[in-house]
Amino acid sequence: MLRYIVRRILVMIPTLVAISIITFVIIQLPPGDFLSAQLDELRAQGEGLQSDKIQYLRELYGLDRPMWQQYLYWAWGLLHGDLGYSFEYDRPVTEVIGDRIFLTFIISFATILFTWIIAFPIGVYSATHKYSWGDHGLTFLGFLGLATPNFLLALVLLYLSNVWFGTSIGGLVDPEYLDQPMSWGKFLSVLEHLWVPVVVIGTSGTAGMIRRLRANLLDELQKPYVVTARAKGLPPGRALVKYPLRMALNPFIADIGNLLPEFISGSALVAVVLSLPTTGPILVRALQTQDMYLAGSFLMLESFLVVIGVLISDLLLAWLDPRIRFGGATTR
Amino acid sequence: MSPRFVDKAPFDPYDREVLTPEQERFYTASQWQLMWWRFKRHKLAVASGIILLIFYLSTLITEFIAPYDLHTRNAQFIHTPPQRVHLFHEGQFVGPFVYGFAYRLDMATLKREYTVDPNKIQRLRFFCRGDPYRFWGRFPADLHLVCPAEGGTLFLAGTDRLGRDLFSRILHGARVSLTVGLIGISVSFVLGIILGGISGYYGGWIDNVIQRLIEVIRSFPMIPLWMSLSAAMPVTWDPLWVFFGITLILGLVDWTGLARAVRSKILALREEDFAQAARLMGARPSRIIGRHLVPSFMSHLIASATLSIPGMILGETALSFLGLGVRAPITSWGVLLNDAQNVNVVALYPWLMLPVVPVVIVVLAFNFLGDGLRDAADPYS
Repeated sequence: MLRYIVRRILVMIPTLVAISIITFVIIQLPPGDFLSAQLDELRAQGEGLQSDKIQYLRELYGLDRPMWQQYLYWAWGLLHGDLGYSFEYDRPVTEVIGDRIFLTFIISFATILFTWIIAFPIGVYSATHKYSWGDHGLTFLGFLGLATPNFLLALVLLYLSNVWFGTSIGGLVDPEYLDQPMSWGKFLSVLEHLWVPVVVIGTSGTAGMIRRLRANLLDELQKPYVVTARAKGLPPGRALVKYPLRMALNPFIADIGNLLPEFISGSALVAVVLSLPTTGPILVRALQTQDMYLAGSFLMLESFLVVIGVLISDLLLAWLDPRIRFGGATTR
Repeated sequence: MSPRFVDKAPFDPYDREVLTPEQERFYTASQWQLMWWRFKRHKLAVASGIILLIFYLSTLITEFIAPYDLHTRNAQFIHTPPQRVHLFHEGQFVGPFVYGFAYRLDMATLKREYTVDPNKIQRLRFFCRGDPYRFWGRFPADLHLVCPAEGGTLFLAGTDRLGRDLFSRILHGARVSLTVGLIGISVSFVLGIILGGISGYYGGWIDNVIQRLIEVIRSFPMIPLWMSLSAAMPVTWDPLWVFFGITLILGLVDWTGLARAVRSKILALREEDFAQAARLMGARPSRIIGRHLVPSFMSHLIASATLSIPGMILGETALSFLGLGVRAPITSWGVLLNDAQNVNVVALYPWLMLPVVPVVIVVLAFNFLGDGLRDAADPYS
């Protein structure tokens, strides 16, 4: 097991390097950069005051050096936790991002939990009541969740939660808690606001999860050992839970790797609509103003989250399933 | 020792089990024929296919179906609610008509209020002259399937903040929204087959490199990656170029799933006898992959490609919704939804969210169609 973990982590390194290269290329793609745009603007206004500072930043981040040097510089900074400088916010990126990444993670995690809680009973029901009305209806509901654009669902739910429960619109806490330290009241208020994004983002992943669980469980239920168990008089509930269900549980773990990128991208959109203090709105803003270090850092960090998520799901799978542990092959 | 039984009758090589005509037909049917038969049994998939066909065919004659032109503004009718088509007026059959609006400006809230005025009966006209347009951007014409009465209005889905008819705009938006998926999937299809084919056929370090690349691309969250790439497109580009750029981006990010499917199939098939035979006869790898291997699982590929079209349509919708996608004057469903960006809209003008209805229908239909195709893809199972 230890060997497996070490190897799995070593494999991660080149992946991360490649991700950073692609991110850097994307950062560089737009013609011109934020600084030169700002410099032009300042010149046009006849201000020479800040141009010293811009020149300083330009040198600090090596914007006038060749591309590969810039990349090395940037990557070196990444390793030391220096994500670059947000030109628009006029602060280091780490300060701007702050706990937004953390919140993104919380929401993604809550969403995965939500997906599990919803998909598990529905998947089991659909498999045990194959082709019944309940099966068809629930499957259709899952598909509907998949087909509705998240951002719109978010809007409607936001409106309804305002009308029904009087939840304040936008943000993750009520305005009165905005600058206060964490307290029980603030926590409750967060929970009150959290359900909308979690439900909305969760709907997109639930359908896939239900279908995979259903398919797996159906495969498992047709196997001879289940027939034997039934023939020997095991109660149906036990004959379902004891082995087939446990075998069919793999997708729940294996899917973390698939769901995480989906949820992070889903939350980016939903967060814009709901103006949540997660990474989404800032990313969109940064992309629109070509504040590329900020945008790049988000892209990099979110991909990093995904890689970590896949790592966790692989390790969990290996822990659950000896075939993977000893086969030595990575699953993804 | 028991005596051995030998049939005295001469052996007739043509004597065999007689097949009924149906069986005969079934056994001699081609693979695609079998798939079609199996596909037809999947009622939901067939229905979805027909719906999609109608949607796509309608994009060919959008200008004719839409009652208004894409850009026609009705300055007196800003944010009007949808009008319903009626057949009877006070129990009297009139034929299809709509009630006109009574307009009032609420001086307290400054809100425009349009109420249905049951005295204004506006009968619809069919095959009539209306807004002039250029058919396919080329031939000038002004024939419409349905127009409002003279001096009347026909806003089946209400109007937006410039008084443009939303229903017509949805019809026009279908062109972009529906083609995005098709062009995008073609890009990812080609990339997927080429890279997946190479990866599976050659194996070794090439396979390794391509697999790592796929892994890296999959590690990026899809929508932020799309957003970054589309933000990287120069602002000075023509909207049409932006549209093609978006479809290209959708395809460039999406091919990984297909490439994986192709690779695993080719890994299994390249050791088969027919591939071996082709290799011995001196066929080049490109021919073996393209002519012998890929066709044997083409049906699977088409099925999985169908299943990834909805993702692209939703992606385009999301990008345009954020203002990072297709730009006006090119209109897609996402661009239309851009107007529905805040809660006020839900509360005051809920009909602005109507463009989501075709999105949901198309995405669902593609999903069901793909399901049916996947079940039919392997008719011998």
